[in-house]
Amino acid sequence: MGTEGKAGSVVKRFTCGELVEVVTAYLDDALDEPDRAAVESHLARCADCGLYLDQFRATVRAVADQPGEQLSQPVRDRLMAAFKARHPSS
Amino acid sequence: MASFAGGALPPDHVIVSALRAGDEAMFAALLDTWSRGMLRVARSYVSTDDSAEEVVQDTWLAVIGAIDDFEGRSSVRTWVYRILVNAAKKRGLRESRTLPWSALEFDGGPGVDPSRFHGVDAGLPGSWKVAPAAWPTPENQALAAEVRGLIAEALAELPPRQRIVITLRDVEGCTSEEVCDILDISPANQRVLLHRARTVVRDRLEGYFRSVMAAE
Ligand SMILES: [Zn+2]
Repeated sequence: MGTEGKAGSVVKRFTCGELVEVVTAYLDDALDEPDRAAVESHLARCADCGLYLDQFRATVRAVADQPGEQLSQPVRDRLMAAFKARHPSS
Repeated sequence: MASFAGGALPPDHVIVSALRAGDEAMFAALLDTWSRGMLRVARSYVSTDDSAEEVVQDTWLAVIGAIDDFEGRSSVRTWVYRILVNAAKKRGLRESRTLPWSALEFDGGPGVDPSRFHGVDAGLPGSWKVAPAAWPTPENQALAAEVRGLIAEALAELPPRQRIVITLRDVEGCTSEEVCDILDISPANQRVLLHRARTVVRDRLEGYFRSVMAAE
Protein backbone atom coordinates (compact mmCIF):
# COMPACT_ATOMS: atom_id res chain seq x y z
CA MET A 1 0.00 0.00 0.00
CA GLY A 2 2.99 2.33 -0.23
CA THR A 3 4.56 3.82 -3.33
CA GLU A 4 8.09 5.17 -3.46
CA GLY A 5 8.30 8.93 -3.18
CA LYS A 6 11.38 10.90 -4.13
CA ALA A 7 14.61 10.62 -2.13
CA GLY A 8 13.62 7.15 -0.99
CA SER A 9 10.93 8.34 1.44
CA VAL A 10 7.87 6.16 1.29
CA VAL A 11 4.66 8.05 0.66
CA LYS A 12 1.73 5.98 1.83
CA ARG A 13 -1.35 5.82 -0.35
CA PHE A 14 -4.56 3.99 0.33
CA THR A 15 -6.94 2.67 -2.30
CA CYS A 16 -10.65 3.03 -1.51
CA GLY A 17 -10.77 -0.69 -0.72
CA GLU A 18 -7.93 -0.31 1.78
CA LEU A 19 -9.28 2.88 3.29
CA VAL A 20 -12.63 1.37 4.27
CA GLU A 21 -10.76 -1.21 6.37
CA VAL A 22 -8.93 1.35 8.50
CA VAL A 23 -11.88 3.62 9.20
CA THR A 24 -12.36 2.41 12.79
CA ALA A 25 -8.64 2.80 13.53
CA TYR A 26 -8.78 6.27 11.98
CA LEU A 27 -11.80 7.32 14.07
CA ASP A 28 -10.06 5.96 17.20
CA ASP A 29 -6.94 7.94 16.33
CA ALA A 30 -5.07 4.63 16.46
CA LEU A 31 -3.21 4.94 13.12
CA ASP A 32 0.45 5.80 13.01
CA GLU A 33 1.31 9.11 11.44
CA PRO A 34 2.03 8.03 7.83
CA ASP A 35 -1.24 6.06 7.73
CA ARG A 36 -3.24 8.89 9.27
CA ALA A 37 -1.82 11.36 6.76
CA ALA A 38 -2.53 8.93 3.93
CA VAL A 39 -6.16 8.59 5.03
CA GLU A 40 -6.56 12.34 5.14
CA SER A 41 -5.01 12.95 1.75
CA HIS A 42 -7.22 10.21 0.28
CA LEU A 43 -10.32 11.75 1.88
CA ALA A 44 -9.32 15.17 0.53
CA ARG A 45 -9.59 13.90 -3.03
CA CYS A 46 -12.16 11.10 -2.84
CA ALA A 47 -15.76 12.14 -2.25
CA ASP A 48 -16.93 8.50 -2.32
CA CYS A 49 -14.79 7.57 0.65
CA GLY A 50 -15.81 10.83 2.34
CA LEU A 51 -19.42 9.72 2.03
CA TYR A 52 -18.52 6.25 3.28
CA LEU A 53 -16.85 7.76 6.35
CA ASP A 54 -19.89 9.98 7.00
CA GLN A 55 -22.14 6.93 6.80
CA PHE A 56 -19.84 4.98 9.08
CA ARG A 57 -20.05 7.78 11.65
CA ALA A 58 -23.83 7.95 11.21
CA THR A 59 -23.95 4.20 11.83
CA VAL A 60 -21.98 4.56 15.07
CA ARG A 61 -24.40 7.29 16.22
CA ALA A 62 -27.41 5.20 15.26
CA VAL A 63 -26.13 2.18 17.19
CA ALA A 64 -25.90 4.38 20.31
CA ASP A 65 -29.63 4.98 19.99
CA GLN A 66 -30.59 1.40 20.89
CA PRO A 67 -33.27 1.07 23.54
CA GLY A 68 -32.78 -1.77 25.99
CA GLU A 69 -34.37 -3.76 28.74
CA GLN A 70 -33.96 -2.46 32.27
CA LEU A 71 -33.80 -4.63 35.36
CA SER A 72 -37.19 -5.89 36.42
CA GLN A 73 -38.71 -4.08 39.40
CA PRO A 74 -38.38 -7.03 41.83
CA VAL A 75 -34.67 -7.40 41.08
CA ARG A 76 -34.11 -3.67 41.36
CA ASP A 77 -35.97 -3.62 44.70
CA ARG A 78 -33.93 -6.57 45.96
CA LEU A 79 -30.68 -4.83 45.05
CA MET A 80 -31.70 -1.55 46.67
CA ALA A 81 -32.62 -3.51 49.80
CA ALA A 82 -29.27 -5.30 49.78
CA PHE A 83 -27.47 -1.98 49.47
CA LYS A 84 -29.45 -0.49 52.37
CA ALA A 85 -28.89 -3.60 54.50
CA ARG A 86 -25.17 -3.12 54.19
CA HIS A 87 -25.40 0.48 55.35
CA PRO A 88 -28.08 0.43 58.06
CA SER A 89 -26.82 3.70 59.53
CA SER A 90 -27.84 5.87 56.58
CA MET B 1 -28.25 12.74 48.63
CA ALA B 2 -27.21 13.23 45.05
CA SER B 3 -29.64 13.51 42.18
CA PHE B 4 -28.70 12.49 38.66
CA ALA B 5 -31.94 12.89 36.77
CA GLY B 6 -30.93 12.97 33.14
CA GLY B 7 -27.36 13.93 34.03
CA ALA B 8 -24.04 12.18 33.63
CA LEU B 9 -22.49 10.24 36.48
CA PRO B 10 -19.91 12.09 38.60
CA PRO B 11 -16.20 11.19 38.60
CA ASP B 12 -15.14 7.83 40.04
CA HIS B 13 -13.81 9.08 43.38
CA VAL B 14 -17.19 10.70 44.06
CA ILE B 15 -19.02 7.50 43.12
CA VAL B 16 -16.78 5.34 45.30
CA SER B 17 -16.99 7.48 48.42
CA ALA B 18 -20.76 7.86 48.00
CA LEU B 19 -21.20 4.08 47.72
CA ARG B 20 -18.99 3.51 50.75
CA ALA B 21 -21.05 6.04 52.68
CA GLY B 22 -24.27 4.24 51.76
CA ASP B 23 -25.64 6.90 49.39
CA GLU B 24 -28.75 5.19 48.00
CA ALA B 25 -29.33 7.75 45.25
CA MET B 26 -25.86 7.06 43.92
CA PHE B 27 -26.39 3.32 43.95
CA ALA B 28 -29.76 3.75 42.23
CA ALA B 29 -28.14 5.99 39.60
CA LEU B 30 -25.52 3.34 38.82
CA LEU B 31 -28.16 0.61 38.68
CA ASP B 32 -30.28 2.61 36.26
CA THR B 33 -27.39 3.78 34.12
CA TRP B 34 -25.37 0.60 33.73
CA SER B 35 -27.77 -2.33 34.14
CA ARG B 36 -29.16 -2.03 30.62
CA GLY B 37 -25.72 -2.48 29.05
CA MET B 38 -24.84 -5.17 31.59
CA LEU B 39 -27.96 -7.13 30.68
CA ARG B 40 -27.08 -6.86 27.02
CA VAL B 41 -23.52 -8.04 27.54
CA ALA B 42 -24.51 -10.83 29.95
CA ARG B 43 -27.09 -12.04 27.44
CA SER B 44 -24.33 -12.76 24.93
CA TYR B 45 -22.80 -15.28 27.34
CA VAL B 46 -25.87 -17.06 28.70
CA SER B 47 -28.86 -18.74 27.13
CA THR B 48 -31.88 -16.85 28.49
CA ASP B 49 -32.95 -13.35 29.50
CA ASP B 50 -33.61 -14.66 33.03
CA SER B 51 -30.07 -16.02 33.35
CA ALA B 52 -28.73 -12.70 32.15
CA GLU B 53 -30.72 -10.86 34.80
CA GLU B 54 -29.47 -13.23 37.49
CA VAL B 55 -25.91 -12.60 36.39
CA VAL B 56 -26.47 -8.85 36.58
CA GLN B 57 -28.08 -9.21 40.00
CA ASP B 58 -25.16 -11.31 41.27
CA THR B 59 -22.75 -8.76 39.88
CA TRP B 60 -24.38 -5.89 41.78
CA LEU B 61 -24.44 -7.98 44.95
CA ALA B 62 -20.71 -8.61 44.51
CA VAL B 63 -20.18 -4.87 43.94
CA ILE B 64 -22.05 -4.04 47.14
CA GLY B 65 -19.91 -6.54 49.03
CA ALA B 66 -16.60 -5.46 47.54
CA ILE B 67 -16.83 -1.68 47.20
CA ASP B 68 -14.65 -1.18 50.28
CA ASP B 69 -11.91 -3.20 48.57
CA PHE B 70 -12.05 -1.33 45.26
CA GLU B 71 -8.52 -0.10 44.66
CA GLY B 72 -9.08 2.24 41.77
CA ARG B 73 -6.69 0.48 39.43
CA SER B 74 -9.34 0.71 36.74
CA SER B 75 -12.46 2.82 36.31
CA VAL B 76 -15.44 1.80 38.44
CA ARG B 77 -17.33 0.86 35.31
CA THR B 78 -14.49 -1.39 34.11
CA TRP B 79 -14.35 -3.02 37.54
CA VAL B 80 -18.11 -3.67 37.55
CA TYR B 81 -18.05 -5.03 34.00
CA ARG B 82 -15.13 -7.32 34.76
CA ILE B 83 -17.11 -8.83 37.62
CA LEU B 84 -20.04 -9.15 35.25
CA VAL B 85 -18.09 -10.84 32.48
CA ASN B 86 -16.54 -13.32 34.92
CA ALA B 87 -19.94 -14.17 36.37
CA ALA B 88 -21.48 -14.44 32.92
CA LYS B 89 -18.72 -16.72 31.67
CA LYS B 90 -19.13 -19.04 34.66
CA ARG B 91 -22.85 -19.11 34.15
CA GLY B 92 -22.40 -19.75 30.44
CA LEU B 93 -20.10 -22.68 31.24
CA ARG B 94 -22.72 -24.17 33.54
CA GLU B 95 -25.20 -23.82 30.70
CA SER B 96 -22.66 -25.37 28.35
CA ARG B 97 -22.70 -22.23 26.34
CA THR B 98 -19.14 -21.12 25.83
CA LEU B 99 -17.86 -18.35 23.67
CA PRO B 100 -14.83 -19.22 21.61
CA TRP B 101 -12.88 -16.21 22.85
CA SER B 102 -9.55 -17.69 22.00
CA ALA B 103 -10.54 -19.21 18.69
CA LEU B 104 -10.87 -16.87 15.76
CA GLU B 105 -14.45 -16.64 14.73
CA PHE B 106 -13.66 -14.61 11.63
CA ASP B 107 -11.51 -15.53 8.69
CA GLY B 108 -9.38 -12.42 8.68
CA GLY B 109 -10.70 -11.32 5.30
CA PRO B 110 -11.86 -7.78 4.59
CA GLY B 111 -15.03 -6.39 6.18
CA VAL B 112 -16.36 -4.71 3.06
CA ASP B 113 -17.15 -6.98 0.12
CA PRO B 114 -14.03 -6.78 -2.14
CA SER B 115 -16.19 -7.05 -5.24
CA ARG B 116 -17.31 -3.48 -4.59
CA PHE B 117 -13.88 -2.27 -5.69
CA HIS B 118 -12.07 -2.40 -9.02
CA GLY B 119 -9.48 -5.12 -9.43
CA VAL B 120 -5.80 -4.70 -10.25
CA ASP B 121 -6.43 -4.54 -13.99
CA ALA B 122 -8.60 -1.44 -13.76
CA GLY B 123 -7.41 2.12 -14.38
CA LEU B 124 -7.73 2.86 -10.67
CA PRO B 125 -7.30 -0.44 -8.84
CA GLY B 126 -9.07 -0.56 -5.50
CA SER B 127 -11.44 2.31 -6.28
CA TRP B 128 -15.22 2.01 -5.90
CA LYS B 129 -17.00 0.33 -8.81
CA VAL B 130 -20.25 1.92 -7.73
CA ALA B 131 -19.93 4.75 -5.22
CA PRO B 132 -21.93 4.49 -2.00
CA ALA B 133 -25.29 6.20 -2.46
CA ALA B 134 -26.32 9.08 -0.19
CA TRP B 135 -28.71 8.13 2.62
CA PRO B 136 -31.92 9.92 3.50
CA THR B 137 -31.90 11.64 6.89
CA PRO B 138 -34.19 9.61 9.08
CA GLU B 139 -35.97 12.71 10.34
CA ASN B 140 -39.38 11.15 10.35
CA GLN B 141 -40.27 9.06 13.37
CA ALA B 142 -41.38 5.98 11.47
CA LEU B 143 -38.09 5.76 9.60
CA ALA B 144 -36.09 6.31 12.80
CA ALA B 145 -38.01 3.52 14.54
CA GLU B 146 -37.40 1.20 11.62
CA VAL B 147 -33.71 1.99 11.67
CA ARG B 148 -33.60 1.18 15.39
CA GLY B 149 -35.32 -2.14 14.78
CA LEU B 150 -33.02 -2.96 11.91
CA ILE B 151 -29.94 -2.24 14.00
CA ALA B 152 -31.28 -4.37 16.86
CA GLU B 153 -31.68 -7.23 14.38
CA ALA B 154 -28.21 -6.72 12.94
CA LEU B 155 -26.66 -6.66 16.43
CA ALA B 156 -28.49 -9.83 17.43
CA GLU B 157 -27.12 -11.65 14.39
CA LEU B 158 -23.49 -10.67 14.95
CA PRO B 159 -21.03 -13.28 16.23
CA PRO B 160 -21.04 -12.92 20.06
CA ARG B 161 -17.62 -11.35 20.45
CA GLN B 162 -18.36 -8.71 17.84
CA ARG B 163 -21.71 -8.05 19.47
CA ILE B 164 -20.14 -7.64 22.91
CA VAL B 165 -17.49 -5.24 21.67
CA ILE B 166 -19.85 -3.03 19.63
CA THR B 167 -22.29 -3.01 22.55
CA LEU B 168 -19.65 -1.84 25.00
CA ARG B 169 -18.14 0.71 22.63
CA ASP B 170 -21.03 2.14 20.68
CA VAL B 171 -24.13 1.44 22.77
CA GLU B 172 -22.60 1.91 26.24
CA GLY B 173 -19.92 4.41 25.25
CA CYS B 174 -16.93 2.63 26.78
CA THR B 175 -13.47 3.65 25.56
CA SER B 176 -11.31 1.14 23.70
CA GLU B 177 -9.04 0.90 26.78
CA GLU B 178 -12.02 0.02 28.97
CA VAL B 179 -13.18 -2.65 26.53
CA CYS B 180 -9.70 -4.20 26.37
CA ASP B 181 -9.58 -4.27 30.19
CA ILE B 182 -13.08 -5.67 30.55
CA LEU B 183 -12.57 -8.45 28.01
CA ASP B 184 -8.82 -9.03 28.39
CA ILE B 185 -8.20 -8.58 24.69
CA SER B 186 -5.53 -6.63 22.83
CA PRO B 187 -6.26 -3.21 21.31
CA ALA B 188 -5.75 -4.68 17.84
CA ASN B 189 -8.19 -7.51 18.51
CA GLN B 190 -10.71 -5.07 19.95
CA ARG B 191 -10.46 -2.89 16.88
CA VAL B 192 -10.91 -5.76 14.42
CA LEU B 193 -14.03 -6.97 16.23
CA LEU B 194 -15.48 -3.46 16.45
CA HIS B 195 -14.67 -2.65 12.84
CA ARG B 196 -16.29 -5.81 11.55
CA ALA B 197 -19.38 -5.25 13.62
CA ARG B 198 -19.75 -1.63 12.50
CA THR B 199 -19.19 -2.61 8.88
CA VAL B 200 -21.94 -5.22 9.06
CA VAL B 201 -24.36 -2.73 10.62
CA ARG B 202 -23.50 -0.06 8.04
CA ASP B 203 -24.10 -2.57 5.25
CA ARG B 204 -27.50 -3.39 6.68
CA LEU B 205 -28.42 0.28 6.82
CA GLU B 206 -27.18 0.76 3.27
CA GLY B 207 -29.35 -2.08 2.02
CA TYR B 208 -32.34 -0.72 3.88
CA PHE B 209 -31.92 2.86 2.64
CA ARG B 210 -31.44 1.60 -0.91
CA SER B 211 -34.76 -0.21 -0.75
CA VAL B 212 -36.49 2.81 0.83
CA MET B 213 -35.21 5.13 -1.88
CA ALA B 214 -36.04 2.67 -4.65
CA ALA B 215 -39.62 2.55 -3.37
CA GLU B 216 -40.01 6.33 -3.50
ZN1 LIG C 1 -11.70 6.50 -2.00
